[in-house]
Amino acid sequence: MLDVRKIRSDFPLLVRPENRDLVYIDSAATTHRPRQVLEAMEDFYRRDNANPHRGAYRLAERATAAYEAARARVAAFIGAGRSEEIIFTRNATEAVNLVAWGWAERAVQEGDEIIVTELEHHSNLVPWQMVAQRCGARLRFLEIDEAGRLSSDQLDDLLTPRTRLLAITQTSNALGTIVPLGRFIDKAHAAGALVLVDGAQSVPHMAVDVQALDTDFLAFSGHKMLGPLGIGVLYGKMAHLEKMNPFLFGGDMISSVDYMHSEWNDVPWKFEAGTQNVAGAVGLAAAIDYLEEIGMTAIAEHDHALTQLALEKLASLEGIILYGPRTERGPALSFNLASIHPHDLATFLDQQQIAIRSGHHCAQVVMHKLQVPATARASFYLYNSEQDVERLVNGLLQAKDYFEKWL
Amino acid sequence: MALDQLYQEVLLDHYRQPRNRGELADADVRLELKNPFCGDEILLTLKMADGRVQKAAFEGHGCVISQASASVMTEKIKGLRVEEIEKIADQFTRLVKEGRYERPEEEEFDEIEAFAGVCEFPTRVKCAMLAWRTLLQGLQAHEHDHPHDDH
Repeated sequence: MLDVRKIRSDFPLLVRPENRDLVYIDSAATTHRPRQVLEAMEDFYRRDNANPHRGAYRLAERATAAYEAARARVAAFIGAGRSEEIIFTRNATEAVNLVAWGWAERAVQEGDEIIVTELEHHSNLVPWQMVAQRCGARLRFLEIDEAGRLSSDQLDDLLTPRTRLLAITQTSNALGTIVPLGRFIDKAHAAGALVLVDGAQSVPHMAVDVQALDTDFLAFSGHKMLGPLGIGVLYGKMAHLEKMNPFLFGGDMISSVDYMHSEWNDVPWKFEAGTQNVAGAVGLAAAIDYLEEIGMTAIAEHDHALTQLALEKLASLEGIILYGPRTERGPALSFNLASIHPHDLATFLDQQQIAIRSGHHCAQVVMHKLQVPATARASFYLYNSEQDVERLVNGLLQAKDYFEKWL
Repeated sequence: MALDQLYQEVLLDHYRQPRNRGELADADVRLELKNPFCGDEILLTLKMADGRVQKAAFEGHGCVISQASASVMTEKIKGLRVEEIEKIADQFTRLVKEGRYERPEEEEFDEIEAFAGVCEFPTRVKCAMLAWRTLLQGLQAHEHDHPHDDH
């Protein structure tokens, strides 16, 4: 286990007096930020702020350098071969939409097929529904089993010569399932399809190497990995990015403009229209520094230990229903307790300073498959401790007492 | 404890034994709404007569607050005219958002007042409002389609 006490001392929000008893177990929604991230952003504004890629003065050069250094930092973190394969977006959702517009509009024809999975967050489903509608393509679904796992055997049945893309998550935000992507990606490639991986829940919690995975695209968000809100990443293989169209147009993404016609800038800048969130990129780079200093393997082991402890403790509660697999899973843990609606449960736990998520987690297909309208979800990260698990379990026991007399 | 203010006995009773649960076969107003935030759903059916709600029923699933709200509402609006219902909906909205309620003089206790605790829990206002939003939208659509029924 990590030294949680030491880690928590880095998080200004967590050490505030009013949050001394806060059990924050909703990091799958968003994380908190260590002071190192906040300071890096503040330093940028205080010291290096200017509009990057513009201005012939030294301050603007420093802003550009900070922004491009952040890009290089992200590239190294996920094992991208070149910094130019990293495009900054607002979040993972925008990254997926960039591919849906920039790549699919050109590559997907009428009668083509796109494979998505039942595990997907709406952000990696709805853009493909729209592509299917716009391009006349067919959306096909890899199904989950009762434990929320995907089978690469089923992928064999779905792949056809018309398959253009497999859009697949690496870790489910609703069920925690970790998908063994290697087999899926190899099969998709063998069939001539590209692969987009939603890494929003995996990149914060485990070492992800895009070249080892051989994925064509990877999307993730900064705010789920200790970075600031409003910065996300699309990784794409250069060969694809070069062929893709921009989907936002305007300043900085052009190389030349005349009255009726424009030429695009090089990759990745052609995808980054307008003044970018430089402080966000700088903050994300600082978050990566922070994570790597602790070590992604150590973080994954810590998350795993807490999740296993929580699974074990929760399983012993009467009336608990645990969703998702028991092994090969990330630290997002969905459950229901007796007949207590997850919203009522979340309100009850909030009174004890325990912050969990309740609802459909933007994964209504998963909820539909499980035939539940909503679940409660706890999700752990590096600043959570065994004590947080204990508090959750105690809170659930008390919730049962409170609600049981009349439910 | 604030929780007991939220989960008052009246709400729990309506949650445990919802009134008017079901779907009216001969409904004049039929509307289904979802709360996109949490996945709660409600199907509301109304039988209208002489510009009044003659019968109301609801189906669906959700938390204590949303289900109790639907149950209390279907009781409350029976026999009322659309304008009267709109007025109560306004009062209810103010109650769950701001905690203010003006009790009509002729009433001793209105079950609606049992929702006074909701205002302390801003994330739950949507739960309490789901049934009422459905009702108002359903009535509006009905008025639009039958502009003379009510006057």
